[in-house]
Amino acid sequence: MNTIAKNLVGWIDQRFPLMSIWNEHIAQYYAPKNFNIWYYFGIFSMVMFVNQILTGIWLTMNYKPSAIEAFSSVEYIMRDVDWGWLIRYMHSTGASFFFIVIYLHMFRALMYGSYKKPRELIWILGMFLYLTLMAEAFFGYILPWGQMSYWGAQVIISLFGAIPFVGESLQTLIMGDYVVSDATLNRFFSLHVIALPFAIAGLVLLHILALHEVGSNNPDGVEIKNHKDSEGKPLDGIPFHPYYTSKDFVGIVVFLMIFAGVIFFAPEMGGYFLEHNNFIPANPMQTPEHIAPVWYFTPFYSILRANTVNFFWIPAKLWGVIFMGFAVMIFFLLPWLDRSPVRSMRYKGWMSRTALGIFVLSFLILGYLGALPPTPARTIVAQIFTVIYFLFFLLMPIYTSLDKNKKVPERITTNGH
Amino acid sequence: MVIRLLGFSLVLLGLSCYGATGGGLQLLDANIDLSKKTSLQRGAANFFNYCSGCHSLQYMRYNRIAEDLDLDESLVKANFMFVGDKIGNAVKVSMEPEDAKSWFGVQPPDLSVISRVRGADWLFSFLNGFYTESERPTGVNNLYFSQTSMPHVLWELEGYKKFINPSEDDQNSGIAFEIVVPGKLSQNEYQEFTRDIVSFLVYVGEPARLVRYKLGFWVIAFLFVLFIFAYLNKRAIWEDIK
Repeated sequence: MNTIAKNLVGWIDQRFPLMSIWNEHIAQYYAPKNFNIWYYFGIFSMVMFVNQILTGIWLTMNYKPSAIEAFSSVEYIMRDVDWGWLIRYMHSTGASFFFIVIYLHMFRALMYGSYKKPRELIWILGMFLYLTLMAEAFFGYILPWGQMSYWGAQVIISLFGAIPFVGESLQTLIMGDYVVSDATLNRFFSLHVIALPFAIAGLVLLHILALHEVGSNNPDGVEIKNHKDSEGKPLDGIPFHPYYTSKDFVGIVVFLMIFAGVIFFAPEMGGYFLEHNNFIPANPMQTPEHIAPVWYFTPFYSILRANTVNFFWIPAKLWGVIFMGFAVMIFFLLPWLDRSPVRSMRYKGWMSRTALGIFVLSFLILGYLGALPPTPARTIVAQIFTVIYFLFFLLMPIYTSLDKNKKVPERITTNGH
Repeated sequence: MVIRLLGFSLVLLGLSCYGATGGGLQLLDANIDLSKKTSLQRGAANFFNYCSGCHSLQYMRYNRIAEDLDLDESLVKANFMFVGDKIGNAVKVSMEPEDAKSWFGVQPPDLSVISRVRGADWLFSFLNGFYTESERPTGVNNLYFSQTSMPHVLWELEGYKKFINPSEDDQNSGIAFEIVVPGKLSQNEYQEFTRDIVSFLVYVGEPARLVRYKLGFWVIAFLFVLFIFAYLNKRAIWEDIK
């Protein structure tokens, strides 16, 4: 049996670089031995991607992308399709979990300076992934064709209308109609199931290729390639397989337990993962009192709404769109805004640590406020935290250069047991 | 420094939440239990006796109700369905939409997923919130859905209540009413009656609810066993890492 397998691999290897790919990316990819819990979220997001693709394939078999049938077809999946409810909940919960793990993955990068030289490209590719994922989620959210799908899409698309001169035509171009309609639903369905999943898969590949070219960062932020043994292998590195394959498997099982907990016991998550108003079929004649995006967009929605003043002949709405765009795009600049010689928060000084803490807090508060209807008091709070949000980035060159850092050790200090 | 900032932002957050609960009326607690099949069966019967004349369940099939609630199909045919309906059909109303509009001003909504939109507590409160108001065309208003077009269909059971302007505490405990015309049921019996309807509607909103808790338990139990093996495997492999 073993020889047959060997012969087969040999046969393939003469025609395809199977073993060299396996070795380069798995069996002889040396990763730092001190990965902690924060280093699970990359693999978790891949698990979620696979989950979304697989459940998506089966949902597409029964879903009807038409304004008349979409809502009913989702209820048909929930009731009449065998295991349809489970597949649908895996997909809807999967969307929220995808964002949870991506946000934690990004936080890890902020904490350990994983975006810093020489990993700038990994970070930029990751940001493109994040943008694509946001678009993917937005297009997917319109598909159940409930009130929130409809009006959420209406609000987001109307943002393009704020762009001077071309705004209105651009809006019509996106919708394929003068309002959100069957035409919009059809094109968004197409983008959601074909264009963006392809883009995400390609970007994931590039993200990982870039990572494996320069090697993984780690909680200490020291370069393991600086200390190699006589064979040229990093002293503080261990092969991805079998060490991290076995460790990630444990993490994935725990993650799936939490995922299953939500799917089976709280798939609506109190209206955060599946919004109550989205169980009302889309009605173009009736605007809901309160329109809020799903939780993963609420921090940026808060920033959009925090702009209430017309300023420099530019209307408040356009300012909102500009600031919201900046709020996302400014992440791209992180590798160049951070002037610290140190990567990891473990060795950065109090200024960097405080700044990161306040930033996370403002992100959470903006997210919380974005889900609520605005009141004058809430708008003021949102404005304050919008300013703090941007100050984190804009002041970064200053506080990272002034900060008193601790001495970074030569080699890794802990192991990843 | 960090702590002070944290405190500051919490105060701001508190300020922003202030007034969020004001104005909203506290709902009654529906306190339903979907594991009670008899409650669901009674709820179904109540629904088809009092509600299904006007409200459809367009995504719910008769045979699915029979199967899930352990009801005999012949029973469902005889009591729940119109003549000529098939057991595999969804629950429709015989009233023409045009007629409904002229009688009530609006077409009574389909209730398939109403429990997902409103929640059990709201439905329960609504069914217990009717009180007399002579200016309304239906003679009643509702504490939880002001100016509702729905007449008090269950009046013969509950009777008619008068709204008394209660203190806030009383309002939250549901003591805002005084019975003026007694119905066939006592107040407790009426609450049970409406609770059964709400249970049924929650089930109708998501029939999978009856199985998903049980299945979820087994899935997580399986993953837990898998976790033990995965962990032992990892520990053995990592033994030599210092």
